[in-house]
Amino acid sequence: MSVAEDRHSPAVSAFGQAMRSFTLLRESLVAMIGTGIVVFWASVAIFAPVIAPFTGTEIVVPFAMPGDVAPDGRVFWLGTDALGRDVLSRVIWGSRTVLLYAPLATFAAYALGIVMGVAAGYLRGWVDTALSFVSNAILSFPVMVLYVIIITSVGASALNIVLAVTFASGPGIMRIVRGLVLDLRNREYVAAAQTRGEGAWYIMLIEILPNARGPLIVDVCLRLGYVTITIGALGFLGLGLPPPNPDWGGMVSENRAFATVFPHMVIFPCIAISSFVLGLNLLADGLREISLRD
Amino acid sequence: MAEPLLDIKNLCIAYDTRAGDVPAVIDFNLTLAAGETVGLVGESGCGKTTVAMAVMRYLGRNGRVTAGSIRFQGRDLLAASEADLRRLRGSAISMVYQEPMAALNPSMRIGEQLAEVPMFHEGATHSEALDRARSMLADVHLPDPGRVIQAYPHQLSGGQQQRIVIAMALLSNPQLLLLDEPTTALDVTVEAGIVDLIGEIGRKYGTGMLYISHNLGLIRETCERVCVMYSGRAVEVAPIHELFDAPRHPYTRGLFDCIPLPTTDRFSRPLRPIEGQLPLPQERPEGCAFAPRCSHAQAGQCDRPDLAMEPAGHDHTVRCARWREVGEALQEDIAVADATVTGPSVLKVENLRKHYVITETPLMVRGGEVRTVKANEGLNFEAFEGETVAIVGESGCGKSTFARVLTGLEQATEGTIEFHGDEIGDTPVHERPPEQVRDLQMVFQNPFDTLNPSQSVGSQISRVIRKFGKEKDRGRVRERMLEMLDLVQLPRAFASRLPRQLSGGQKQRVAIARAFAGDPSTVVADEPVSALDVSVAAAITRLLLDIQKRNRTTLLFISHDLSLVRYLADRVIVMYLGQIMEQGTVEQVFNPPYHPYTEALLSAVPVADTKIHKRRILLDGAPPSPLDAPTGCPFASRCPHKVGLVCETTQPPRRDVGGHSIACHISLDDLRDAEPVFSELAVAAE
Amino acid sequence: MLILILRRIGNMLLIMLAVSLVLFLLLEINGDAVAAKVLGAFSTDEQRRLWLAANGYDDPLYTRYFRWLSGFLTGNLGESITFQAPVAEVLWPRLQNTIVLGALTMAVVIPLSLTLGVIAGMRESSVTDRVISIGSVLTTSVPEFATAVFLSAIFVFLLGWLPGTSAMINGFDPVQLILPVAVLVIYDFGYVTRMTRASMAEVMTTNYIRTAILKGLPFRRVITRHALRNALIAPFTVIMLQINWLLSGVIVVEFFFGYKGFGSLLLEASLNQDIFVIEACTMIAVFVAVTTQTLADIGYGFLNPRIRFQ
Repeated sequence: MSVAEDRHSPAVSAFGQAMRSFTLLRESLVAMIGTGIVVFWASVAIFAPVIAPFTGTEIVVPFAMPGDVAPDGRVFWLGTDALGRDVLSRVIWGSRTVLLYAPLATFAAYALGIVMGVAAGYLRGWVDTALSFVSNAILSFPVMVLYVIIITSVGASALNIVLAVTFASGPGIMRIVRGLVLDLRNREYVAAAQTRGEGAWYIMLIEILPNARGPLIVDVCLRLGYVTITIGALGFLGLGLPPPNPDWGGMVSENRAFATVFPHMVIFPCIAISSFVLGLNLLADGLREISLRD
Repeated sequence: MAEPLLDIKNLCIAYDTRAGDVPAVIDFNLTLAAGETVGLVGESGCGKTTVAMAVMRYLGRNGRVTAGSIRFQGRDLLAASEADLRRLRGSAISMVYQEPMAALNPSMRIGEQLAEVPMFHEGATHSEALDRARSMLADVHLPDPGRVIQAYPHQLSGGQQQRIVIAMALLSNPQLLLLDEPTTALDVTVEAGIVDLIGEIGRKYGTGMLYISHNLGLIRETCERVCVMYSGRAVEVAPIHELFDAPRHPYTRGLFDCIPLPTTDRFSRPLRPIEGQLPLPQERPEGCAFAPRCSHAQAGQCDRPDLAMEPAGHDHTVRCARWREVGEALQEDIAVADATVTGPSVLKVENLRKHYVITETPLMVRGGEVRTVKANEGLNFEAFEGETVAIVGESGCGKSTFARVLTGLEQATEGTIEFHGDEIGDTPVHERPPEQVRDLQMVFQNPFDTLNPSQSVGSQISRVIRKFGKEKDRGRVRERMLEMLDLVQLPRAFASRLPRQLSGGQKQRVAIARAFAGDPSTVVADEPVSALDVSVAAAITRLLLDIQKRNRTTLLFISHDLSLVRYLADRVIVMYLGQIMEQGTVEQVFNPPYHPYTEALLSAVPVADTKIHKRRILLDGAPPSPLDAPTGCPFASRCPHKVGLVCETTQPPRRDVGGHSIACHISLDDLRDAEPVFSELAVAAE
Repeated sequence: MLILILRRIGNMLLIMLAVSLVLFLLLEINGDAVAAKVLGAFSTDEQRRLWLAANGYDDPLYTRYFRWLSGFLTGNLGESITFQAPVAEVLWPRLQNTIVLGALTMAVVIPLSLTLGVIAGMRESSVTDRVISIGSVLTTSVPEFATAVFLSAIFVFLLGWLPGTSAMINGFDPVQLILPVAVLVIYDFGYVTRMTRASMAEVMTTNYIRTAILKGLPFRRVITRHALRNALIAPFTVIMLQINWLLSGVIVVEFFFGYKGFGSLLLEASLNQDIFVIEACTMIAVFVAVTTQTLADIGYGFLNPRIRFQ
C-alpha cells in the first residue's frame, strides 16, 4: 500500500542514485569502515614478509621501548618483548595466525552446522529431534569451559583448536540454519518443487539454502569475530598455538608479568585483535542494515 | 452550505526514499459532510491509505505534507500541535485498521486496551471505563462481553478482533471514523457481518466515515459517495449511483470491466483487463497518469500537466481531458471464450478422508489425549477433461488440504483418488511415476512466494521442461522456455530476470508458465489471483482460461471468491469444515434450490452493480474449529434454516438431482422454494 | 502452562544426563589413564593396577557410570589430586567467590543495558541511538583479556588508583573486585543492549503501537504501557542466557586478575589434569547453564500471553 514498496527496476536500484540519501551513506559507511579494517588486516597478513622489519621470532634486544633503535639501525617502532623480539613484527606475523585459523575454524563449523541445520529443518521428525538434542547438549556447556576441557585433554595444536571450534560452534550454526530452513520450507516455491517430484537433497541445497544466504553472511562475520576472540583467549590462557609462533593472545600471555612496567608488550596485540573484531562486527552491522532495506 | 466535517484541499504528500522525494498523493481534494460515508477506492499504491494517515497526521518518519490543507470542523489539522493532535486522535477522529490482529497489543487484555480511550479522553476512572467498554462491546454485537474483556487478542477470532477495534474507535463517540480496508483479512461471511455493523454505526451514531477499500462491491454497500484514486490522484468523485451507472473516467470504467459479478459469466460479460501496469511513483508520466494504459489517450490533450478535476454532472467531477468524447460505446468486442466441451473422466475422488491426529503427550509419556482434525471428510466428485471445477469455501474448509493430498504432498487417510485410472490417494509425490507427476501440476496463491528469489525466471521454467523430459537438448529446452514466456505474454528478455525485478502479476504469469511447461493434463490453481489487484487479476484469470481451453487442461480452481467462480467455472463444489455441502453446475449452484450455506455465502458477496438487488442473510459467529467438528451437519451451528436437533446429531443425507447434489436435512422441494439471492432491479432504488 | 514447565524441567534433566554421560565417557572410559593421572606419571604398573581394583574400575562400564553418577548426586565428588582434599571442600569457597563476581556484574549489566537499549530503540536512528549502538559494538569487539589489559594500563599503571590483581590474600577487599567486574560488564553489556535495542525498535514499528498513538495516548504512556512489556520479552531470554556467557568470561577474567574463583579453579584443574575437579566444575557449570536456560524458557512463557494461555 505504501509507496515505499517499490518494484525494483534496474534504474531505481542503481547505487549512485541511492547514495543521495544521507541515511544510506551512514549505513553503508558502517559497512565500509568494517570492510576497510578487515581488508587492512588481510593485506597485513598477506604481505607480512615484506612489511615486517624483523622475522618475529628472532631475539634482538629485550625490553626495548617503542622507538628504540636496534644495533643494526632498524627501529623497534613498538618496542620489544621480554625475550627481545620485535613487537611490531610479532603483531604483523601474528595476523597470519589469526587470519588463517579463525576463518578455517569458522568455515569448518559452518560446513557442519549447515548440513545438520538443513537436515533437521527440512526432514524434521526424528532427525530433527536427535540433532537438536545433541546440539542442545553441546550448547549447554559454557563455551570457554568446553574449550578448556577439550584443549587440555587433547592438547594444544592448530588442528585441535580448529576441531574444538568446529565442535563447539557447529551446534549454534545449526540452530540458526534450522530456524531459517523451517521458515523457508513453507514457501510456495518449495511446494512447487515438491509437486514436480524433486528429491529432498535437490530441494534442500538448490531451492532452500541459497535463500538463507543473507542472514548467514551476517552471521559469518559475527561468528568470525567471536572465533577470533576465542582463539585469542585460548592463547591468553596458554592453550593456544605452541610457541614460538606469534599469536596475539599468546603475546599477551607471555608478557603479562611485565605488563605493569612495559605495557607496550601487551597493549599492541590487544589493539590488533580488538580492531580486527571491530571491523568484522561493523561489517556485519552494515550488511544487516543493507539486507533489511531490500 | 454548512461547514463540512472534513475538507481536504490540494493535498500533496511526499515520501523521502532512497530514490529521492517521491510524491505519493498529488493535488487531492475531498469533502465529507457530517454523518456522510465516503468511499475511497483504488488499487494498491494509489495513495488511499496515505490520505487517511495524513488526516491522522501520522505519516511516519519519512512522509510529509508538501502542500495543501486538511480542515476538520473548520480547524487546520496541519497546524495542530502535538498536544492538540493527542486530544483529537482516538476522540474526535478515530480509525479502524486493516489487520485487527496486528492492531491490538498482544500482551494486554482487551478490557485494558479499550478502557484507555475513556480514561485518557474523558478522564473516566478505570472502573467507569471498563463499564463503558463492556457496553460498547455489546453494541458491536460481541457475545459475552464480560469474558471478552478479560481475554487477550490471540484468544479471539479475526472477526471478533475487528469488532473490538471498531468498539475501540467508537468509545469516544467520534465525529469522523477512518476505515482502512477493515474487512480485507476476513472471510466473506464474517465480512458481511462487519459491513452490516458499519452501516448500523452510520445510522445509529451519525458518524462521518471515510471508507477505504479496493473492492467496489463493498464501497457500493457502505458508501454514499465515492472517490476513485489512481496513482496518487483522485480521478473521479461522484455519488454512488452516478459513479456505478455512468462512470466517466476511463480508469473507473476499466475497473468495472475487470470485476466479475456473481450474476454473470464469461459468456455474458467477458472481463476486459486494463492493459499495462501501474506506473512507479517516480516514473509517472506528465499529465494524466492513466494515459499510457488508456485506449482513448491522445498526445497533446492527455499529457497536459495542468489537468484538473472538471464537473461532469451534479456533484460529479472527473479528471480526464476527453471525458466528453469518451462515449458510452467505447469497448471493442473481445473474443468470447468457447463453451466447454468435456472429454473423458480424468479425476475421480471417492469417499476421501484426510484426518490429522494430534496427540497431546505431555512429558513425552505415551497415552496422552488424542484429538482428530477432520480436514477432509468424505469427499466425492469427478472431473473431466477440459473442464473447470471450482472448489469454494472459506478459510479452514479444507480446500487447500485437498490440493495437498491430490498433488501427493500428503496422503489420504481413507478413500481413493483415481487419476487417469490410477489410484494415487496414498502415494506420495516422490513415489509416483514421472508421467503422473508431470500430468498434475499446481499454481499457487502468493505471487511473492511462488518463485524462488535466487533463480532466474528462465532457469525455473527450464528446470520443469528438463525434469519432465519434454526436451533434453540445451537449445531445445531454451527454445521451449521462451515459447512458454510467449504463451503467458511476457517479453522473452524476462528469461534472465530475477523474480524481484517483476511485479506481482508478472510473477504469477511466470508461475503459470512453470505449471504448464510440462504439458500437464490437470492443473490445480489455489487462489491464483486473490493476492492481486483487480485489473491484474482480470488479466491473469483470462490468461489462465485461454491456456486451459487451448490445451484442454482440466482445471481445479480453488477459491473463496464466488463472483470469480461464477465467471470461470463449469462446475462448483462448495465446502464447509472439510465436507462438501453442495455440488453441481454453475447454474445449479447459483440458483435455487440452494444449500443454506451456499445461500448465505452468495448473500455475503459484495456486488459492484447497482442494478442487482441482493437478499441479505447474516450468519452468526465463525465456523467451529475442525478439532471438535460436530457429529451432525457441520453447518448446523450457524444455519439460519436449522430444522431441529436432527441437524446437530445426524449427518445430512445427500440429495441428488441431475448431477446437482445438496447435503441437507431439508428436502429439495422445500429448498427449491427459496427466493433467488440476486434479482434484477427494475428501477435503481434502494 | 504447567505442562510447559514440567516438559522444560524434564528436558533439562535429560540434557544433564546426556552431558554427564559424555563427560564420563570423555574422561573416565580409560581407567589406566585415570590411574596415571591420579597416581602421577611415575607410578608403576603394579600400583596403578591395585588402585584400579581398589576403586572399582574393574567393574563393567555401566556399573561404573551409575556409581559415578550416584556419587555426584549424593555430593561425593571425589578427591582433588593437586589440593589433596575432597573436591567439595575445594569447590565451595571458589564457587562463592564467583557468585559474588557474577552477581555484581549482572547487577550492573541488567539495568544499564536495558535502559540504554530501550532509549536507543525508542527513537530509531536518532543521535542517541547511534551513539549507544556504536558504543555497544565497540565494547563487544574487545576481548575480555584485552579490556583487562587496557583498564589495567590506565587505572593500575598510569593512574595507580586500583590494584592490578584480585587475589584477596589479606581477606576480602571490595576494591579488588572493581576491575574484574568492570571487564565483565564492558564485554557483556553491549550484547544485551543491542538485543534490547533491536527488540524495542521492532516493537516501535508494529501496528499496535500505531494504534496506541492514534488512540491519542501520551508518548510516555505508549512507551510504558504498550511498548515496554512486549519489547522486554526477548531481552529477558537474552539476559538469562548471558549467565552462560558470564561463566566463560569468568575463566579469562579470574585468570587475568588471579581471582580465586570457580573459573580459575577449572583452568588450574584442567592444566594439572586434576580429573575429579574437572568433572565437578563442568557438571556445575552445565547445571547452572541448563537451569538458567530452563528458567528463561519458563519465564518467556509467563511473559508472553500467547504461550501462557494456550
